[in-house]
Amino acid sequence: MEFSKIYDVLVIGGGNAALCAAISARRSGASVLVLESAPKDFRGGNSRHTRNLRCMHKAPMAVLTDAYTEEEYWEDFMKVTGGMTNEPLARMAIRQSETCMQWMMQQGIRFQPSLGGTLHLSRTNAFFLGGGKALVNALYRTAESLGVEIEYGSEVRELKITDGRFTSALFSRRGFSHEVRAKALVAASGGFQANIPWLKKAWGDVAENFIIRGTPYSNGNILRLLMEQGAKTVGDPTQCHAVAIDARAPRFDGGIITRVDCVSLGIVVNKNAQRFYDEGEDFWPKRYAIWGRLVAGQPDQIGYSIIDSKAMGTFMPPVFPPVEANSIRELAGLLKLDPAALEATVNEFNGAVQPGAFDHAIMDKCATAGLTPPKTNWARRIDKPPFYAYPLRPGITFTYLGVAVNESAKVIMQDDKPSKNIYAAGEIMAGNILGKGYLAGIGMTIGTIFGRIAGEEAARYVKA
Amino acid sequence: MSKHSNVSPELVQEGERIMRICNACRYCEGFCAVFPAMERRLTFEESDLNYLANLCHNCTECYYACQYAPPQEFELNFPKTLAEIRLETYRKYAWPGMFAELFHKNGLVTGVVTAASMIVVLAVILGSGGPASFLAAHSDVKGAFYAVMSHEAMVVTFGIVAVLIATAFAIGFVRFWKDTEGKAAPAVTPGAFVQALSDTLLLRYLDGAEDGCAYPDETPSNVRRRFHHATFYGFALCFAATAVGTVFHYVLGWEGPPPIPTVASLLGRPGAPQLELLRSLPVILGSLGGIGLLIGPAGLLWLKTRRNSLLVDHRQNGMDAGFLVLLFLASLTGFMLTALRETTFSGPVMVAHLGIVMGLFLTMPYGKFVHGIYRFGALLRNAVEKSTMPTLGSE
Ligand SMILES: Cc1cc2nc3c(=O)[nH]c(=O)nc-3n(C[C@H](O)[C@H](O)[C@H](O)COP(=O)(O)OP(=O)(O)OC[C@H]3O[C@@H](n4cnc5c(N)ncnc54)[C@H](O)[C@@H]3O)c2cc1C
Ligand code: SF4
Ligand code: SF4
Repeated sequence: MEFSKIYDVLVIGGGNAALCAAISARRSGASVLVLESAPKDFRGGNSRHTRNLRCMHKAPMAVLTDAYTEEEYWEDFMKVTGGMTNEPLARMAIRQSETCMQWMMQQGIRFQPSLGGTLHLSRTNAFFLGGGKALVNALYRTAESLGVEIEYGSEVRELKITDGRFTSALFSRRGFSHEVRAKALVAASGGFQANIPWLKKAWGDVAENFIIRGTPYSNGNILRLLMEQGAKTVGDPTQCHAVAIDARAPRFDGGIITRVDCVSLGIVVNKNAQRFYDEGEDFWPKRYAIWGRLVAGQPDQIGYSIIDSKAMGTFMPPVFPPVEANSIRELAGLLKLDPAALEATVNEFNGAVQPGAFDHAIMDKCATAGLTPPKTNWARRIDKPPFYAYPLRPGITFTYLGVAVNESAKVIMQDDKPSKNIYAAGEIMAGNILGKGYLAGIGMTIGTIFGRIAGEEAARYVKA
Repeated sequence: MSKHSNVSPELVQEGERIMRICNACRYCEGFCAVFPAMERRLTFEESDLNYLANLCHNCTECYYACQYAPPQEFELNFPKTLAEIRLETYRKYAWPGMFAELFHKNGLVTGVVTAASMIVVLAVILGSGGPASFLAAHSDVKGAFYAVMSHEAMVVTFGIVAVLIATAFAIGFVRFWKDTEGKAAPAVTPGAFVQALSDTLLLRYLDGAEDGCAYPDETPSNVRRRFHHATFYGFALCFAATAVGTVFHYVLGWEGPPPIPTVASLLGRPGAPQLELLRSLPVILGSLGGIGLLIGPAGLLWLKTRRNSLLVDHRQNGMDAGFLVLLFLASLTGFMLTALRETTFSGPVMVAHLGIVMGLFLTMPYGKFVHGIYRFGALLRNAVEKSTMPTLGSE
């Protein structure tokens, strides 16, 4: 990069949203600088951990089967957010998702039919061949070949904004601070989930027990700087995508492999060996995103998914081996739970299971009777040793608190007027669309669409 | 069995670890057959690893696509670990077992065996025809070749070697097959066989997703596949040339080296000697194959120098290079032999050529060539499994 140069567009961040913005700004004729705080080996933020995005389509399209109409998409979306969304923005995103795949393929991203074991997603979600890191690699290759300048290990620490107009940013690289000027800014720096002190401010000390599933580089500093300098915010700081993952996962960056997908096949107890929620409420892919919050609400933020050998082999094999024992008492001992209490919980559950034809592929109505909380589907007695357990902790994917934007991806200031030249895309503005809840694959859809818009609009603004 | 009868426990442990990680992730399953085959399993024993390792073409797509690749803390280097396991399987299945050690310092072994072969060839020539025939300039085209080394001597020497090699391959294959059979041991169907054959001949899984593989670097490209095809089909054509030549000699009684086709015969002009053209078939096949064997191995060697060294099991460099260099030299000296037929150089060039070819064949069961045997075995097992074993686990 050239320090003396005034770039047309400065993009902060190095994930999907940032690169989509950089590529579309460059394709619209702007000079573009990307500052990514991670070193090259860890570039790509949370995007490097992803596998698919959700696209509407009126007919079968490339790797997507059947049709997934705007109305159906919208209904699915309303179910998870309960209406906590900005409808015009959300509808725009859904509509534009139809063109996403095509555009991504033009940027060198390759797709494949849905992964083995995820056939239920083959209609709604397009899977990246090789996953998110392959996607990120392709985007970087394309950006570089177009002449986008990229600096790694460059964390933006300060933004100069006056009257809603961005003029320059200070970033640090290899211990030195540098200033870079640009005519427009695209903030695509992710959420603040990797900032534990911030999480603790929102959640209290329980956040000490949260595991961050993705990049450790998304510390929310850019979000904070924008907030401090008058950007309007959306969302609540405790709202986030959080799943229950294996408690043995590393604190950061464990990614997809730390998932535990057997909740609906057995029971989940807390550290007092008590059940606390209906494990069979709905299909696991529709429910996995509520279990992070559920476990976060339990004492010491820990849970244990318990199954017997009937369930083994019928769910995605987790990366960590299960805790295994030949009796429930022995299992409790290994998990350091009260053996009598766990045995009582399992016995009570087994006694409440009603006869039925178990079928994990449908909502089979195999349920418990007279049990609180009930298990409403896939209830089977836990009686065939060996017994297995996976310890669970809340795994935070990304936070929803963000900056408000309009349809041009332009950041809205506290006076409800759009800023002059500041745009935002991806997790940092996902809260506009997602007030709460989550639909698998919508994170990448939001990043791609708003990234594209932000890049084009920033370039247009610069040229005007 | 030799002391290398099993893959080292550390390597098995690492193989098990990476399979567990990948099986929980599965993002790479669209690249090749290895991942779908992995998904048909929940646990990974040495035999599973040996099979999966030989199913891998080392295209390295799954390294660049991996969010857990070093320096990430999981340090997952899938292609390199499989490459290391593959080498151990070559030793494990080698026959006779005591020759397994030859996979150690394989480049050196290849060089020494080739040099020794040249000496043997020289000795045979001197023994049968004497120094005079070795250094004489042979003007008589038809007789020249066999004047240096009697045809019978050549056939007997290479015949014995060929039988030994075929035996070594067959035993190696059977050992691979038995080792990786598992408990179910489903039978091979004709359909599976055809599928495996076509996967092998087309290098189906070396194409990543239509636009090639991440070889020698991150950018998808088809270049390795093309060079591999040139090498494989070059070799096959040369083999065919030899086979056809042998049939001409023994079945049809057309003795002596085949004529070099004239332009007229090639263009099939009226009056051109059609029989001559047919008789020169071995030369045509051999020349086409020879061109493949110049371009293919040279290209593959060039690609190797440009590989990401993080992905290379450096213990195999000698083995890989040794085999490619011999293929290249075999072809080069073959062409020289044809070109220098009527000169005083024909004797020395023939010693070089036959020595190299002999070295190539002798080291075949104990060098890089075996990858093809076990890869075919793995593809065959894969084809069988596809129709008999389900994918395990779902969300
Ligand atoms: C394990 C996992 C699996 C997921 N799977 C899916 C999926 O299949 N489908 C889906 O739609 N979503 C998925 N998500 C969510 C998805 O990752 C995000 O919604 C999406 O990647 C957001 O893209 P982004 O560009 O906004 O953020 P990121 O990709 O996280 O990029 C943020 C970037 O900003 C950089 N940065 C941060 N601060 C600074 C700074 N101060 N200066 C410079 N750079 C900075 C970071 O280094 C990073 O590169 C998954 C998330 C995780 C963790
Ligand atoms: S190599 Fe990495 S990205 Fe590919 S399947 Fe394995 S863990 Fe997943
Ligand atoms: S290196 Fe290529 S062939 Fe081998 S496992 Fe990875 S993707 Fe498959």
